[in-house]
Amino acid sequence: MSDPTVASRRRTLATWSQREDSGDYEHLLEFKGVNLAFKGVKALTEVTFHVDDGELFAIIGPNGAGKTSTFNCLNGVYQPQSGDIIWKGESILGRRPDKIAELGVARTFQNIELFAHMTVLENILTGRHVRTSTGWLAGSLWIGKAKKEELANRALVEDIIELLEVEAWRNYPVALLPYGIQKRVELGRALAMEPQLLLLDEPVAGMNLEETEDMARFILDIRQELGIAMILVEHDMGLVMDIADRVMVLDFGRPISTGTPAQVQRDPEVIRAYLGEEFESEELLAAEDEAMAEADPDAV
Amino acid sequence: MRGRPLLYTQYEDEQALLPSMTRKVMVAVLFAVALTIPFQLIPGLDFLASSGWLILLNRALIFAIGALGLNILVGLAGQVSLGHAFFMGVGAYAAVYLGGEASGSQIGLGLPIWIWLPAAGIAAALVGIIVAPTSVRVRGLYLAIVTLGLVFIGEHIFRNWSSLAGPAELGRVWPALEFRFWKEETALIDFDSDGVWFGIELLKEAKIFFLMLVLAALFTVLAKNLARTRIGRSFAAIRDRDIAAEVMGVADAKAKTQAFAISSFYAGIAGALLASVVGRLPPEQWSLFLSVQFVAIVLIGGAGTVAGVLLGSFFVVLLPRLVENLSGVLAHSAEGDGWFQPIADFFVARSTDDFGLVFLGADGPGLTTDQLNAVLYGLLIALFLIFEPLGLFGIWIRIRNYWKGWPFTY
Repeated sequence: MSDPTVASRRRTLATWSQREDSGDYEHLLEFKGVNLAFKGVKALTEVTFHVDDGELFAIIGPNGAGKTSTFNCLNGVYQPQSGDIIWKGESILGRRPDKIAELGVARTFQNIELFAHMTVLENILTGRHVRTSTGWLAGSLWIGKAKKEELANRALVEDIIELLEVEAWRNYPVALLPYGIQKRVELGRALAMEPQLLLLDEPVAGMNLEETEDMARFILDIRQELGIAMILVEHDMGLVMDIADRVMVLDFGRPISTGTPAQVQRDPEVIRAYLGEEFESEELLAAEDEAMAEADPDAV
Repeated sequence: MRGRPLLYTQYEDEQALLPSMTRKVMVAVLFAVALTIPFQLIPGLDFLASSGWLILLNRALIFAIGALGLNILVGLAGQVSLGHAFFMGVGAYAAVYLGGEASGSQIGLGLPIWIWLPAAGIAAALVGIIVAPTSVRVRGLYLAIVTLGLVFIGEHIFRNWSSLAGPAELGRVWPALEFRFWKEETALIDFDSDGVWFGIELLKEAKIFFLMLVLAALFTVLAKNLARTRIGRSFAAIRDRDIAAEVMGVADAKAKTQAFAISSFYAGIAGALLASVVGRLPPEQWSLFLSVQFVAIVLIGGAGTVAGVLLGSFFVVLLPRLVENLSGVLAHSAEGDGWFQPIADFFVARSTDDFGLVFLGADGPGLTTDQLNAVLYGLLIALFLIFEPLGLFGIWIRIRNYWKGWPFTY
């Protein structure tokens, strides 16, 4: 690498992918028959899947299929009624969200959940919370270790800012930034947690083609340079099919198909969930033709 | 980097408390000017050296310490609290128990200031930790009501615990601001009586002023540092998006407990200092009105900003003096016969049967100046919330930005 900035980024961030404890477990993350219901409404039914180190796993499905609920269960925001969630061979069911964050699970949100009154820099610095230890007293006194840790964090956050190309907005309050940039800052905040698993909840929702391509590039960069496993929830099929290693399709909270993008695309169950029954659609088309012919016989 | 003051080449410079030369100079000048006040060196500010004005300035500085604490809880961590007066009371009574003299039925250990002052903060912080779990269960207005309850419970306890708080109407005598190693006869440093320091004759208020200035500066630096480091950011994260903050690894209950404890520590110190400087306070001093004054400071000054809170403290403490002077002037012109007389007469009630907003005597129509002050605090809080949520600090930012861009409008 001749570019010094890229070289420096590699120095600080690349250590993340070489973790000492990798390999002692079957899967990085495993969902085993997870059921979640709100009163009578079943949000998730027997959701079972696994994610391995460095894998890009995608969850797709129509609106309300339970994609975000899956994330919320994993984060500890929702408590499933039955089933188990295994992180590196150990059940993490019932743990508090902040404890799960400490394990190395980071997340971005569908509707941006940045800390609106903070700047870009402060938002990303907040992501460092789980990987730092400065207490209130040491912080208030700005002594020795606290100061050193803050400055080291600052340097590391600069690497993330560089990686995501948000240098121009570093000191802006996030509420003032355009949507696409906010999404990127949120990704940066999650990255600052040094995660081993990154949950991306619709990272390109509402973006134009160019922004989508940018985001795809960042996701691939993160994967290649930092080796972080990711679960991607997304409606943009083009993106999912392009970059995901494996895909799970949810329909009404039930996983109907899991496999490589190519396998999933051909699965008749999936086609039915997305497009409806084949005969239904043929009937519909025929009915439509008939109706049009009746209304305006000359046009046919 | 010469000529490019905004270019940082070290993260340390960028993260500094006062990141630009302008700010460093401004703070240094302000501090230097403040230090010279008792010596009457600067023409125009010499009136501040009178004992009356110094008492007000001391009060403002003590209020600043307390308000910095409330700002950590309300401005930084977003937990609305009306209980600040209660925590100040806890600090004050911890101080009077440890530092006060036992006499008759009143208890007191007579320990020196270096024990009772920090202990006042710690006692209040411990009570804060006990109260904190409620903030995990209830939010916003409901938390305000819970903390409001604290003030009344506290007032009731203080009023009835006469061995600690003295008779309900009189209160009891607080330990003076004197530095001793232990219980020796003569104090090492005596802030509580007029005297000569380094060959300069000083009023007792001037000595206290120096002490308060140093303490306020110290607590300002601590509050600033807290806000720019890890724990401060976790507070702000809880304030802005609590669920997201938890998913980011900020433990909700822990952060709120820390915020309550730190905020109460500041309150305890401020309460002990206030009581000690005044000398004797009745239990009803620690009332809702005191809490409201602190909320007013934070909201008028600018919630979440340290500089704003300092501005707000002076504004709120000096406002009564301003109102008093203004009413005096109005009353004077209401007696005379200028073009201004009818307007002044409208505002001031001159005798018991005259219409007016303010009455300067003890008993008559209209409001007393104290009541007028309370009305003004309420009005100012409402107006600032509606028109300038960033408070005085926001106004300052606007003025600064205007002159930065001058002569262009944007």
